[in-house]
Amino acid sequence: MAEWFVAKASDLPDGDRRIVNAGNNEIGVFHHGGTYYAYSNYCVHSGGPACEGILINQVVDLIAPDRTYQGQAFSDEMHFVCPWHGYEYDIATGQCIGDRKLKLKKFEVVRRGDDIYVVA
Amino acid sequence: MDTTPSEVRKLNFDDYSTAKHLDHAAQQARVRNYQDFLIVDVDAHHYENESYQEVFKYIESPVIRRDIIDSSSRPGRSAMLNSSVGNQNLGGRITRANLRRLQKVPQDGRHRDVAMTIEWMDSLGVDYACMFPTPMLFLGLHPQVEIEVALCRAYNRWLCERILAVEPRLISMLYIPFNDPEAAYRTVKDFGDKKGVVGFMVTSPRYKPVHDNAYMKTYALLEELGKPISFHAAYSWEDRALQMTNRFISVHSLGFMWFNMIHMTNWVINGLPERFPKLKVLWIESGLTWAYTLMQRLDHSYMMRTSDCPSLKRKPSEYMREMYYSSQPMEKPDDNSILEATFKMIKADTQLLWSSDYPHWDFDTPGVIYDLPFLGETAKRNILGANAARVFNLDTKVVKKIP
Repeated sequence: MAEWFVAKASDLPDGDRRIVNAGNNEIGVFHHGGTYYAYSNYCVHSGGPACEGILINQVVDLIAPDRTYQGQAFSDEMHFVCPWHGYEYDIATGQCIGDRKLKLKKFEVVRRGDDIYVVA
Repeated sequence: MDTTPSEVRKLNFDDYSTAKHLDHAAQQARVRNYQDFLIVDVDAHHYENESYQEVFKYIESPVIRRDIIDSSSRPGRSAMLNSSVGNQNLGGRITRANLRRLQKVPQDGRHRDVAMTIEWMDSLGVDYACMFPTPMLFLGLHPQVEIEVALCRAYNRWLCERILAVEPRLISMLYIPFNDPEAAYRTVKDFGDKKGVVGFMVTSPRYKPVHDNAYMKTYALLEELGKPISFHAAYSWEDRALQMTNRFISVHSLGFMWFNMIHMTNWVINGLPERFPKLKVLWIESGLTWAYTLMQRLDHSYMMRTSDCPSLKRKPSEYMREMYYSSQPMEKPDDNSILEATFKMIKADTQLLWSSDYPHWDFDTPGVIYDLPFLGETAKRNILGANAARVFNLDTKVVKKIP
């Protein structure tokens, strides 16, 4: 295991990300909501660049107490989306939304002073 | 813990490169040694609408040409060309759909369409790709038959002259204007010997039964030429039954099977395989499960109702097993034995032809076949390229350059 330099914290504002080649690993490092997250950049589906697509909130159906459909909305859960085919992942856990048993490999992110590293 | 210098990339959504987008596909191609054998993509697409200003110039009727060119300046209202309601790109989640316009191509004299296509082919490990249009997949639903005929002919001329004539790695099964049987026949007659034309294609969403006597001379001509006929699936949210669906996933999942299930049923039950025993028939972009299901369904009823289809000398599934199927979108059940049974049912070793459907939203890489645990190396190579080379009489030389 080694620590791989990602960015200066000041160069990685909230909402930004980097793709890091760390030995045999290709890792997406996100800065979201004040927290850093790092996941394998290989989609569980067909190996697409899972961390290189858009970030978008989870879409939910609005079902009223009488069980009628009332439209759709975005929830607070943030997803990142593989741009090849649209597989969505929870940015907080790396879980694949279509089947939460499937997860991207998660990596630890450490901050040393103004430097951000990913451990791989 | 050691700190190690790393290679770090910023993401830039103001720039786009197909090679970068498909970098992981190229990694797969290198690891799996795709350079060692032929890969043919029997269903790939371009966005012919990006070249419409060139295509429209080939429209032979001056009246239709003027009307279409005029209407193309106001897309979305009063357009002469039909399209289809849909959400193929998942609200922007499939980023290449919007970003591809930012792609820079080498200024080496090649058509932009050719340069962009060859770039993704090399990344995926594809030697030859059979090109089909995108918006024109819905042209069979145009209310004016003469518009389908005029645009189809213009597109075919443009494709043959500007694309197929200059790039030997690109081939096509040309669009047949099926709603006009005479024009369909003329299309095969006029374009059958053009460079890169390996067959002819019917877009499946339409309401003309394939067993109509008006088509028999076209099938006979195709059989004589040794050129396959294919049925390329698509959906239609205007279809009465599919209008009941309310999400794109629903109309897409059902629609891409629906029209081909109808055409296949009519094709077999009316005994066309008996009338045209040497005509090669290929079913495109319906996946595989529909065939697995329909074979069983038709066989079951056939044994009780042979008088409904007296032309048949064998069970429907036996005819279907002699036809060809493109693989994408290849359904992948959690239990591989189900997929293995499907492969067995359609005799995949000889009848299945890999396809990507790139650059559309649900494209497949060659890995969907190459990574299957129940296939041997020979079967993999057959499905990925050798079967198609046999059906289309292609050169089997490996010509790709995987980056």
